[in-house]
Amino acid sequence: MTTLLLRRAIRVLVVCVGVSLITFGILQLSGDPVALMMPEAPEADRAKLREAMGFNDPVALQFVRFVGNSIRGEFGKSFYYRAPALDLVLERMPTTLTLTVLALGLAVLVSIPAGIYSAVYRYSLLDQIVTVVVFLGQSMPVFWTGIMLMLLFAVQWRLLPVSGWEGWQFMILPAVTLGTFQAPLLLRIVRSSMLEVLGLDYVRTARSKGVSEWIVICRHALVNAALPVVTVTGLQFGILLGGAVITETVFAVPGVGRLIVRAILQLDFPVVQAGVFLLAMIVVTVNFVVDVLYAYLNPQIRVR
Amino acid sequence: MDAQTLAQPAPATVEVGRAAARSRVYRKLVRHPMTIVGGLILLVVFGSAVLAPLVAPHDPAKQSLIRRFTPPYWAKGGDVRFALGTDQVGRDILSRILHGARISLLVGVCAVTVSLVVGVTLGLFSGFLGGWVDTVVMTVVDVTLSFPQLLLALAFVAVLGPGLGNIILVLGLTGWERYARVVRAEVLALREKDFVEAARAVGAGPLRMLSRHLLPNTFSSIIVLSTLQVAQAILQEAALSFLGLGTGSAYPTWGQMIALGRDFVTVAWWLPTFPGLAILLTVLAINLVGDRLRDALDPRAT
Repeated sequence: MTTLLLRRAIRVLVVCVGVSLITFGILQLSGDPVALMMPEAPEADRAKLREAMGFNDPVALQFVRFVGNSIRGEFGKSFYYRAPALDLVLERMPTTLTLTVLALGLAVLVSIPAGIYSAVYRYSLLDQIVTVVVFLGQSMPVFWTGIMLMLLFAVQWRLLPVSGWEGWQFMILPAVTLGTFQAPLLLRIVRSSMLEVLGLDYVRTARSKGVSEWIVICRHALVNAALPVVTVTGLQFGILLGGAVITETVFAVPGVGRLIVRAILQLDFPVVQAGVFLLAMIVVTVNFVVDVLYAYLNPQIRVR
Repeated sequence: MDAQTLAQPAPATVEVGRAAARSRVYRKLVRHPMTIVGGLILLVVFGSAVLAPLVAPHDPAKQSLIRRFTPPYWAKGGDVRFALGTDQVGRDILSRILHGARISLLVGVCAVTVSLVVGVTLGLFSGFLGGWVDTVVMTVVDVTLSFPQLLLALAFVAVLGPGLGNIILVLGLTGWERYARVVRAEVLALREKDFVEAARAVGAGPLRMLSRHLLPNTFSSIIVLSTLQVAQAILQEAALSFLGLGTGSAYPTWGQMIALGRDFVTVAWWLPTFPGLAILLTVLAINLVGDRLRDALDPRAT
């Protein structure tokens, strides 16, 4: 277990270096960042800025400096807000995490019971409905789902606010939107892993011992079906955050996603780099935790 | 006896087997009503993409301020000539949707082709060579998976500049890791199979092993994955357009139509609704066909 932890930790470190390399690359790929930042400035001013920002140094040196700075949380000042980029991102992080956790919670709350039901009563009417809903959910662009919900609940029926983030009633539509983005996938996995487990010998043994069906499902089957659910949630966390970015833009939620999208459109590179880097770090952390959890939950790996 | 006859069963049986398998796949595909529904929708979308200039009732760029915000024909104040209504500058929504199909399909198919080439190549070598090649490729996969794909694509489109080519390139290069993982896993499993062992025993070289024995056996996974990835790429392109970094031209795209429609959602519900339905139907059709394809091509399923 210790060696496994250590191996995973080293892997995380390597991935972190890779993440910084790509974040760093965003700026490098633009060719001349200064030209993007001040397209109308005279060449002399540009040259001055280039020198001041260290763009004339060798790329390798710039990268090492970037990694050093990002470890200390130094991403520079936002060109637009004139404030440290990291602070801007951190200020908005709780909002984004609240939205993500709410959505994930909603998705889990709906998809686990529904997934179990449609696995246990396979080919029943409800199972068929679930299958259709999963297909529809996976085919809807998340921003469109958001706008349609907004159209119905905020514009047509005036039950909820259109956009903003000033109280619990503002959170409902964004959370539901992001939840419908995540739920179909979870549902699909719960259903298929339950189907797989329900056909195994140990479940049949439990049934033949006379254990009640309810206990067989919850104690025997669900526990084992939970493993793939946890893994996939971890693996797909980046996609969920991507969905959060769009949802925030649709509902004008003042989160990290909306900040980054704006920064990208304004070519405010320090904010883009700080935001993208931090979101990636969250994904890396979640994946690491899931990995360890997986190893812990799965006796086959734990022994090794 | 040369390597091939040893490594594979007699050619005649292979042909018969393949033909039988093909008709089995075909029957399984056609038997399901959802495949037919999906196929028909795709045919319509594909048809309107190709024939857009011919079938569109109006010029998608033609503005008219008198006609702005005409509702769909069945609603009060609707006009049959503008079946799905007009937008904030009086352009015909139906015509714009028909033209938008071109961008969606083009980006979807091209981006997936880029991902496919990169991902399959890396996956094949990673699985076949193992060792440090495998470590490097898998680390790169881990790194790419750590970013929300959409944000990465958005950032790269921003620095490279909007445009059809850049969108295809960026979506292609941020979406290849699934191919790499799937192909690598298949190659790892195939390496243990007897026929691969046999081919190696009779001295098949690495290139021959890859091209004749390993790659063909990953085809069904690649086909299924590609179908589903086209759907994903269409959604991603729409999202990029929605966020304001699309093709950068005046040519209509579904995502851009929804983005504009969002601003007028309180006065004209049809603006964002219909382009979204077009995306939904297209992606749904591709998913339906892809899912059936997976069932039909899976040799384990009966």
